[in-house]
Amino acid sequence: MRPGARLSLTTRPWVWSYIGALLVWLAAVTFTRGYGAGGMVTAGLALAVFSVIASVAQMFVITLGPGNVDLSLPANIGLASAVAMKVMAGSDSLIAAGLVAALASGIGIGFFNYLLIRLLRIPPIIATLSASFIIQSIGISYGRGLQIKPPPGFADFTTAQVAGIPWLAIGTAIFTIGIGVLLHRTIYGRSVLAIGQNPRAAWLAGVAVERTRCATYVLSGALGGICGALLAGYFRGSSLEIGDEYLLTSIACVVIGGTSVSGGKANVPGLWGAALFLVLLLTMLNTFGVSAGIRLVVTGLVIIGVIVAAGGQKPG
Amino acid sequence: MTPASAASAARIAQARSGRRRRVLRAALPALSLTLVLLGIAWLNPRAISYFGLNLMLSLAIPVALATIAQMFVITVNDLDLSIGTFVSFVGCVSATWLRDTPLLGIAVLLSSIGIYALVGALIYLRNVPSIVVTLGMLFVWQGLAILLLPKPGGKAPTWLHDLMNLHTPYVPFPLLAAILIGVLVHVGLMRTSYGAILRGSGGNPASIARAGWSLLKTKIVMFAFASLFGVLSGLSLIGLTTSADANIGKGYTLLSIAGVILGGGEFVGGRVSPIGAVIGALTLTLAGSLLNFMRISPDWQVGAQGAILIIVLAARAIINRTDGRTA
Repeated sequence: MRPGARLSLTTRPWVWSYIGALLVWLAAVTFTRGYGAGGMVTAGLALAVFSVIASVAQMFVITLGPGNVDLSLPANIGLASAVAMKVMAGSDSLIAAGLVAALASGIGIGFFNYLLIRLLRIPPIIATLSASFIIQSIGISYGRGLQIKPPPGFADFTTAQVAGIPWLAIGTAIFTIGIGVLLHRTIYGRSVLAIGQNPRAAWLAGVAVERTRCATYVLSGALGGICGALLAGYFRGSSLEIGDEYLLTSIACVVIGGTSVSGGKANVPGLWGAALFLVLLLTMLNTFGVSAGIRLVVTGLVIIGVIVAAGGQKPG
Repeated sequence: MTPASAASAARIAQARSGRRRRVLRAALPALSLTLVLLGIAWLNPRAISYFGLNLMLSLAIPVALATIAQMFVITVNDLDLSIGTFVSFVGCVSATWLRDTPLLGIAVLLSSIGIYALVGALIYLRNVPSIVVTLGMLFVWQGLAILLLPKPGGKAPTWLHDLMNLHTPYVPFPLLAAILIGVLVHVGLMRTSYGAILRGSGGNPASIARAGWSLLKTKIVMFAFASLFGVLSGLSLIGLTTSADANIGKGYTLLSIAGVILGGGEFVGGRVSPIGAVIGALTLTLAGSLLNFMRISPDWQVGAQGAILIIVLAARAIINRTDGRTA
């Protein structure tokens, strides 16, 4: 995209996600007659953080090309939340150790995923699916009866805010800027994009295809690990189901945020718009007081509506 | 030896190794099932009886049906992430409307097949990834199931309960049902001419389209078949459990994908095997019983399914690689 290009909705479809987020927020605020407008933004930002981290992970994987998707994210997040809480053991002095442990667990999972893909030559969907079965079992066995509260310092850190903006959201915003640089300005990021566009051409052009793939799955695993630790802090404790919603949310955010599902084209700012849109959509439906069933149906139809409206490449 | 005969000898050798690979690969699902059965027989010989098999395999019927449903979608290079919640939805419908107002129940189930066909059409016409569309449908079916049955409850129609608890002579009913499902789908998909077209639309869409067949139609047909088997899966599940719950089919999405792959199906290219898929589903179900007999904590149930999947895929990779060396 040329810098001088007009900010048109056709060249930048992710702008829609921000417009959507704004619209659902306005709808919710109108319904409450302005009551709790700021609170909704604060809560929305806080929850969007986790979606953004998970969807950054998913975005890199999906950008590698068709068939690439990390189905092990939820199991990874669940296990990492348990690992983090167990290592921190409720003590402020062990926060760093817990974060490192969660990160290590995520990196291990990412590497395991890649090994399965490489050694068994199976599609990443199946590799990460089988891995997630095993991770789930490890999580169940490891986290049995685990009721450890996060250290107070860590819990406060995940919920602290300044002027209604959670620190975590500010941190994640800076992090996503870094991700944008990583994606568009480094050899690694450009390799990911090149592989997603045409793996063979990328290989012929001298891109280290396998090394890039490996790094991407490890990156996805690492982000899942961090996400799990932060979630356990935010929700005051770990649980294996804590990551369940992030498989669907991460894929949905990637798609709504304007990243191409067929790979080779990624969009970082869109992730924030999409995450905020989905979180605020739920907030809006909650303020309307609709039942859980309706909420799910509407969420599903919105995801389908967005992807159908955005459309794919021409058939054939 | 003349160069011509040498070339033909090489070709024969190549064909032979290709055939050996195919036979080996086709035998793999049956082999893994046999291994699991042998394990069970070794640990608990009494389990391999009419009564034991009936008990262990009863839940394999809904899993096998869901696996076949997933297989139809995988044949046309798509993936259905919503099959699990669809089974839940069907379960909720059959435990409520189908029992109380059968006509309404049947109408709802039939229109759900229509919705699936529509999803297939949408995926083809807009050329959008099936993962995302079925992801959306996952939410939709789940939401509808919760709307129908906010709390676990309902009751299976009597005829359904009786059917699923049928006691056939000599051979346990679940085994008979599994064989029937496998053979029926095998004949339909692998032995009819339109079945070949359907598989071809996954293997080589361009040539099928050029031969004058409608890819839109094949997509719709495959998704409709998928939902038909999803409906059957939900019905059989409710017949067994007698009551429903909005999360009853939750694990079926992943199980069905694993079953298809375990049964020798490929992710792309329309290469699937209905009988293999049924065997895959049986293997996954029996693996749970095997773990119980081994006194391994149920915590590792899912993990074992993942491990079986990995082992079978590893065996497949080895077969492919050795073949690559000889050919």
